[in-house]
Order: sequence, then C-alpha cells, then structure tokens
Amino acid sequence: MTPDVKKIEKIIDRNRGDKTALIAVLQDIQREFNYIPPEAITATAGALDVPLSKVYSVATFYNAFSLKPRGKKVIRICQGTACHIKGADLIQEQIEKGLGLKPGETTKDMEYTLEVVNCVGVCAMAPAVLVNEKMHGNVRCEKALDLVKKD
Amino acid sequence: MRIDSFPKLVKWRKECGKEYTGRKRKVFVCLGEACLANGSQAVFDEFKKVLKKKKLADVPVEAAYKTGCHGFCSLGPLVILEPEGTFYTKVKPRDVEEIVEKTIVNGEHIDRLLYKDKETKERVPDHNHIPFYARQHRIALRNVGKIDPYRIEDYLAVGGYTAIAKALKDMTPQQVIDEVLKSGLRGRGGGGFSTGRKWATCAKVDDEPRYVICNGDEGDPGAFMDRTTMGSDPHSVLEGMMLCAYAVGSKQGYIYVREEYPLAVVTLQNAIDQARESGLLGENILGTDFSFDIKINRGGGAFVCGESSALMKSIAGEVGEPRAKYIRSVVKGLFDKPTVLNNVETFATVPQIIEHGSKWFAGIGTKKSTGTKVFSLAGKINNTGLVEVPMGITLKEIIYEIGGGIPKKRTFKAVQTGGPSGGCLPAEKLDLQVDFDTLTDAGSMMGSGGMIIMDDRTCMVEVARYFLNFLVMESCGKCVPCREGLYQLHKLCTKVCEGKGTMEDIDLMEKMSKTIQTASLCGLGQSGPNPLLSTLKYFRDEFVAHVKDKKCPGGVCRDLITFTITDECTGCMACVKACPVDAISGEKKKVHTIDQSLCTKCGSCFDVCNFDSVKIS
Repeated sequence: MTPDVKKIEKIIDRNRGDKTALIAVLQDIQREFNYIPPEAITATAGALDVPLSKVYSVATFYNAFSLKPRGKKVIRICQGTACHIKGADLIQEQIEKGLGLKPGETTKDMEYTLEVVNCVGVCAMAPAVLVNEKMHGNVRCEKALDLVKKD
Repeated sequence: MRIDSFPKLVKWRKECGKEYTGRKRKVFVCLGEACLANGSQAVFDEFKKVLKKKKLADVPVEAAYKTGCHGFCSLGPLVILEPEGTFYTKVKPRDVEEIVEKTIVNGEHIDRLLYKDKETKERVPDHNHIPFYARQHRIALRNVGKIDPYRIEDYLAVGGYTAIAKALKDMTPQQVIDEVLKSGLRGRGGGGFSTGRKWATCAKVDDEPRYVICNGDEGDPGAFMDRTTMGSDPHSVLEGMMLCAYAVGSKQGYIYVREEYPLAVVTLQNAIDQARESGLLGENILGTDFSFDIKINRGGGAFVCGESSALMKSIAGEVGEPRAKYIRSVVKGLFDKPTVLNNVETFATVPQIIEHGSKWFAGIGTKKSTGTKVFSLAGKINNTGLVEVPMGITLKEIIYEIGGGIPKKRTFKAVQTGGPSGGCLPAEKLDLQVDFDTLTDAGSMMGSGGMIIMDDRTCMVEVARYFLNFLVMESCGKCVPCREGLYQLHKLCTKVCEGKGTMEDIDLMEKMSKTIQTASLCGLGQSGPNPLLSTLKYFRDEFVAHVKDKKCPGGVCRDLITFTITDECTGCMACVKACPVDAISGEKKKVHTIDQSLCTKCGSCFDVCNFDSVKIS
C-alpha cells in the first residue's frame, strides 16, 4: 500500500519553509494516515528544509508518533498512577493475551493496535482504556477484552 | 461584534449578564471527560429533547446548559438545577423526563438521584451542603461547571475580562507585576517559584520579542486539574496570559497542550477564535496600544516536555531535550528570547488577583504559600475528582472530610503527591499542612497537585518500581545519571519485588539515588529518585519484608504470594466469575478452590470477596 502522495503534499504545503512547524506537520500526517509513512518523512524534510535525520529523530522521540501502520482500532491502556493502583496491569495482561499483542504491536489483519499511555487524565474513573477516541472508565479486568472487541 | 473600547466591553458584559442571569432556570449538565465517558452527552441531548417536547412556558430548550467539569467525577454524569442548586448524581437519559416533570415543574426532589451522605445516610438536596463542595474555596476553578466553555458570552457574564480591562485602563505594567508579586502567588505547576518575580525578571531583560508560554503539558500521572481548566474555562487562561503579556511586554503567547488532551485543544482554539473575533486578542486590544495573540502547540506525548527548556524546544519543532540552565529561560527562552512560562492554574488565578487585589489573595492560605490550590483526588478514595482548597489545610481534611475516606473500609496506607517527582507519605503524616514548603520538607512535593491515595492492598516497593519504570521510559536520554542511573534503580527495585533482592541492594539504591539527584541535568532526573527515597524512608519495613522474609505485605508482588480460599467460603461464586483465567472452581454454596497451576495471582478474587474468605500468604 503506497500512501497518497498528493495528500502528503497538501498537508506539507500549509507549512512550507517553516522549520518550527515540524511537529505539527507530523501530527497532521499521522492523523491522516494513522501512522507516518516513510515517504512523508522525506517529503517533510525537503519542504521544511530540515535534515532528514532531524525529522526522523523527532518522529522517533515523541511517543505519539508511529512509524508503523496501525490497526483500525487503536487500544490505549492508561498506565497512570491511579490506573496502576487500580489494576491497569491486569487489564493489560487480559488484552495482551486476548489479542496476542504486546504494546506497540498490531494484529495481522490490521484490526487492532495495542498501546500503553502514561495518563489520559481521567484518573477519577481509573482504570481507563481508550479505544480510538472513545474513553472507557472503571474498566473491570475480566470484561476488558469484551469491551475492546465490541466497541 | 468587535469590542474596541472600554465602554463597549462594559455594555457587552451587561448584555451577556442579562441573558445569563435573566434565565432563571438553568440545567447544568456536566460534559467533562469523566462524565462524558459515563454518557453525559446522551443525558444532555435528552434534556433538549424533553424540554422541546414539553414546551414549558418559563423553561425554554436553552435552559439545558452544557458545562465543563463539576469536579465530583466519581458520581457522574452530574446534573445541577439552578436556582435551587439541586444536585443529581449518576443521571441516565431515562431519568430526564422524570427530572423535568417532578423537579422542574413540581419542585419535588427525586431521592434516588440525590447525593447520599456516607456517614448520616441522609440524602442531600443541595450541592452547597455536600462536604465535597462545602469545604472548597474556588478561585482557579471559579467558573468551572457554571459556564458553557464554548461561549465567550458566558465568561463575560460572570465577570470575565474585567481584570485585563482594569489593567489596561488603570494600571501600568509595573503595577500589574507588583500586584502579582505582593499577592505571593507561586507557580502552580510544581516548582512553586514566585510568579511575580519571574515576571519582573523577564520585564527587565533588554531584548525583544518577549514570549509568554502557558504550560498545559500536564504530564504528572494522577493530575487532571489543568485539563479541566483548559476544557471548562478556557477564557480564564487566556485572560491570565494577556495580563502577563501586558506586564512583561509580550506580543505573542503559546499554549502547549498535551497530546492526550484533544478536547482541551478544541475548547482553547474555540476560545482563541472568539477572543480574536471580538477584538480581545489581536492588534490594539480595547483600543489601546497593547497587542497580543496566542497560538496553540500540541505536544507529542513526551513527559519530559513539561520541563520548561524541553517544552520550548518542542514548540520550536525540535526534540524535547532539556538544556542546562546556567542562563534562565526568562532571559533566553523560546527562540533564545526572554520568555515567561507559567502553568495553566497559575494563569487562571491571575485575573482574580488583579480584580480583587493582592491583599485579598494573600489573606487566603498560609504566609509563604498564599491562596488556594487545586488537587485531584484519585486512587483508593471514595470521592474521586477535583477540589480547590486554601493552602495550609491538612492532608487528613482533604482525604477524609472532602474525599470521604477509603472505600470498602480498608486502611489508608499512603498518599502520593507530586507525581514522579514527588513522594509517598504515610499515615503518620496525615496531619501535615499542605503547602509548598511543608511537603518538600517531608520528602514529597506539591507538584501539580495530583493526590493518589493508596490502601493496605498496595505494595510500596511495587509503587516505587512503577515510578522508576515510568521515568526510565520518559527519560530523554541526554544525560547519563538519569538515563543509566534510573535504569539501574529500576532493575534493583524489580529484583526486590521478585524476592531476589539483598540488603546491600537497598543501600546501593540509596547511594545511587543521591548521585542521580546531584548529577542530572534537569528536574526529571534530579527529582526522579524521590518516589523511591520517600518509600524507603517511610516504608522501609516493606522493603525488608521483601528481602528477608520473602513476603509482600500488600499482597501484590506475584513471586512472593499465594492466594487460597478458606473454609469460611460461603460459595457465593463471586470469585469464580471474577477470575480472569478460570482458575477457581466450585459450586454454589460449597467451598471454592483455586487451582494454583492456573492462578496468575492477580488478586481479583481477593478484591471481590465480601466474606474475607480469600487469604494471601
């Protein structure tokens, strides 16, 4: 699957020549493609006039960026302190086992990607799991897998 | 409508106020993140639908009001009916018609939706009489839950943009700085540095342009007050930044928002657009020489970017690595220009100081920590949510009187404050006053105000390991003490959790912590060992139990525990259903058993058992 180069160009065009827009451009690219395709990295470097190595270093430094294609459903398990105290590890274990994934991995059918985040800020409803943009609070470990699958 | 003079602003505020207060009946539906996750959007929609259908003469559809977070997140979705202040909890869409008929039309309460006091078992109709709210003093959160965050008109109606008008009309920039200085306001992001002094230093630097940055990279796990303020009262943050810009002579501001807070970005951007449209941001604000604009930068999900110099690098589109601060960022900050960086809560507080005066603010709290502080309560506590209290209140008051104590009648073990830079305080410290200096002296830290409460089912060694793991993942890797030191600490702590640790390991951890504190480049490394050191200080016996007795007193570390079911088991099947690996067998009303070869020692059975029949050994 090759990404639509025109789409990449369109995103980059808005910020051509602006070095400070690097993170914003990568964020827009990721929003469009759900990951950052290699073609986008080279195109961004050229358009913003920054070295390729710098684009790569920014893209790998920030947790929000993924250089690998991600699944249709991105499951993010919150591992903030409150969630940790309330059993986020058990939830992670259940989902890992159920989907056969480790954090950062995607199922072969490109359906699910599992990620771990450090705090999504709904500590009052810990433990929390995000499925794409949808927030689930007070998740129970024995029901976690069902919840993720039916969402 | 463009507001380009002071009289026009006064007139507009009057109109907004008339519309806001003129509407006698208001149904405030909380659309904060926690309530949203519980389905509050559907409740709001249902109110609209029912009110439209009923066509009540004095309660139009507009009476249903979407607001930001009310703070009492554990009871969401929350609905408050004004003017009476009736407070309904856990409201479902199917309750809405009944609320409209009984409460709005007939003035009756619906008992089952009212808050039930845990002690007296009585229902409390009015939110002002619920201890969770009654004990609070809201300054930064003054408008949160009372206005629609998407309407600048609401913010004006409750007195918004009064402070900036006052400053531009009657005060010089120096007077604004003096007022903030005299108020004693200290940075709410964690450092506790005097806000007025920061502004004064920046204003004196002979270099331009100057920048104002709002740090909305609320990275401390367990803290969510900034997310709430940005999402529920965004204009108060903008106004605070405007006051700072006027004081230090800046034309451009930035708000750096965490990647994990998409909703805050939407509300802030909407607020900025509205402020620009009405001329409150942009060129010649209110017809004066003062010009200022604000841009939002989204973070990339890196904890270290909460550190000021890393954050500034990130805004510049670079990797968020901190730099050594031999030159402070008020002198050379963003793009190497003088920069003031304050936290969201700090900025949200400033307009109130300018409006009511420094004396008023300094009269609240303690002498060295003035004003109020927002805390987020989470973990093993009954009332989870956000509270704003005067500085100097004790931990006990926050946890027991406001927070409602520990659930399931379990015992309090520790409170973690200050996130990964803070520490864990034990029960003996519950009488401590909460202020910047007292918490630091006790080996913890105020931090951004996250409070995670832990009960006796928490292993403190494991908590220390958790924070070390967090920091290892989030260390930017630039300096060796942080990158390698924290990694080694984590390795040793894990060894202790697995029951393979020695007493020498504990000594080594302490020694290494000192080196990391001294030699690290930025705050992340310098304060990184704090959670470990504070647990070693107050819970050393738990470390020793892991090493010498090979036991985990909290019943958490899997290599050291076994779960068994005693003969007192009533055979209720609760644990059978709760076990995620089907390791428990048994029939109804017969004693259940755990198959140890299948058991993963997760403790789910222990936590659901109501008869104390599951034992940890």
